[in-house]
Amino acid sequence: MFPFIFEWEWDMAHYVFMGGLYYALGIVSLGVAYVVAKALIQTDQGHGHGDGHGEEHR
Amino acid sequence: MDITARIPQSVSRIGDALTPRFLVDADKALWPKGCERAPLWMFGMWLGPWLFLAAWGGIAAILCWGLALNQTNMNDYYGFAIWIWADLAVIALGGGAFFSGFLRYVAGKDKLKNIINYAVLIGFICYSSALLILGIDVGQPLRGWFIFWHANVHSMLTEVAFCLTCYFIVLTIEYAPLVLENRQLDRVPLFHKISHNFHEIMAVFAATGAFLSFFHQGSLGGVAGVLFGRPFAYREHIFIWPYTFFLFTWSAAAYGPCFTLLCTRIIEGITGKRLVSNDVYHLLGKIAGWMILTYFIAKTWDTVYWAMNTAPERGFHWREFYSDNAFYGVWILVVELLLGGIVPALLLVFKKTRENMFWLTVAVVLGVIGVSVNRWAMVLQVMAAPVMPFDQWALYYPSWQEVATTLLPVAYGVILISLSYRYLPVFPQERELGAGKAS
Repeated sequence: MFPFIFEWEWDMAHYVFMGGLYYALGIVSLGVAYVVAKALIQTDQGHGHGDGHGEEHR
Repeated sequence: MDITARIPQSVSRIGDALTPRFLVDADKALWPKGCERAPLWMFGMWLGPWLFLAAWGGIAAILCWGLALNQTNMNDYYGFAIWIWADLAVIALGGGAFFSGFLRYVAGKDKLKNIINYAVLIGFICYSSALLILGIDVGQPLRGWFIFWHANVHSMLTEVAFCLTCYFIVLTIEYAPLVLENRQLDRVPLFHKISHNFHEIMAVFAATGAFLSFFHQGSLGGVAGVLFGRPFAYREHIFIWPYTFFLFTWSAAAYGPCFTLLCTRIIEGITGKRLVSNDVYHLLGKIAGWMILTYFIAKTWDTVYWAMNTAPERGFHWREFYSDNAFYGVWILVVELLLGGIVPALLLVFKKTRENMFWLTVAVVLGVIGVSVNRWAMVLQVMAAPVMPFDQWALYYPSWQEVATTLLPVAYGVILISLSYRYLPVFPQERELGAGKAS
């Protein structure tokens, strides 16, 4: 019963399936965490508003 | 066909007079900078019928959840029915998001930045619709988490569920910066930064999306291809993957951009504005054309191999799958392979027809029909075809509840596109191409 599903077994099928899922979720979570953390730091440091990717900057 | 221009002035004056001023001002403050939109009352009237359709679908969904799946015409023959066809079709059509994202962020086709927002929006709608339909189809959506907790790691559908969930998260992340670029939200420094930072690493999400899409599109095809008890669907394998695995991924990448282009043509027709420049149409059309052409060759080879080898080895002549019934004839193969395959491929591959907006539109319409017919055959014809000597063709028609719940995502899609177009900078070229026309 590890890692994180009820019928977990230490075999190749579980490694591939659950490994793929955690791999994708890991990348996505890290990406979001990086973006939000960086934005919080930038906002805290008071970086200007005009360096963004908003509609007027395309 | 600018709808706003068709409204008589007297009606416009009444509509304007009846709309409270504060609502008009609040609405206007949310429009993308420098873009004109239709009056609020007209927008409300446009949304009305779609909200009605969504409510009808919502009632049908509640019936299916409340009174169980006996509300449908599914039976022992049709465990998969119109919902799963709709699911597979919208997932294929939503493939424009992952493939355009891959082309834009990984392959470096920079021109596609002018249509990528819309492709992502359409992908977001298609995938959320797929999840909505599945939520109704499983009967007990509150047990949806079972597929993660009690994962059957030998099932292609488990992999589909994993990838669909992850890819929907990716699409939400890709759609989020667009929402944050709303004129008012963008004024909040934190939101502005988040949106900006998302764009900086969007290639990571686009590549993850392409990875996830490759597997779930493929596995949806693989589900049909591994059915060794159903010779109409069964295919030979490369390692553990049947040919249908690769054909489904390929077709989604080929036809998904067609749906993106078709939706762009539709929104341009309704608003009466040019929103995307011709060179973007030509580039995406050309890529889709070559993808469809190569897919057509692979699919034709697969069909011939199946007809000449796979089906006979299991005791069937291929004609048996297209005869002795009231619906499934050879016509379905003709529509899928010729009308929805080689014809749009050639129209998009040749520069003269690709750069003619009429023929480009014809090509993308035929492409959308072609891939939808393919998914129909791979879901419903598979179920209908007899497999035992004593079996007969089992034809099926959906109940009104199934039809209503299948139309629900259409209404939802139109509503979300309408709201996004009105309040978000979906089309970066809008100001440059359209000279301030209301829409």
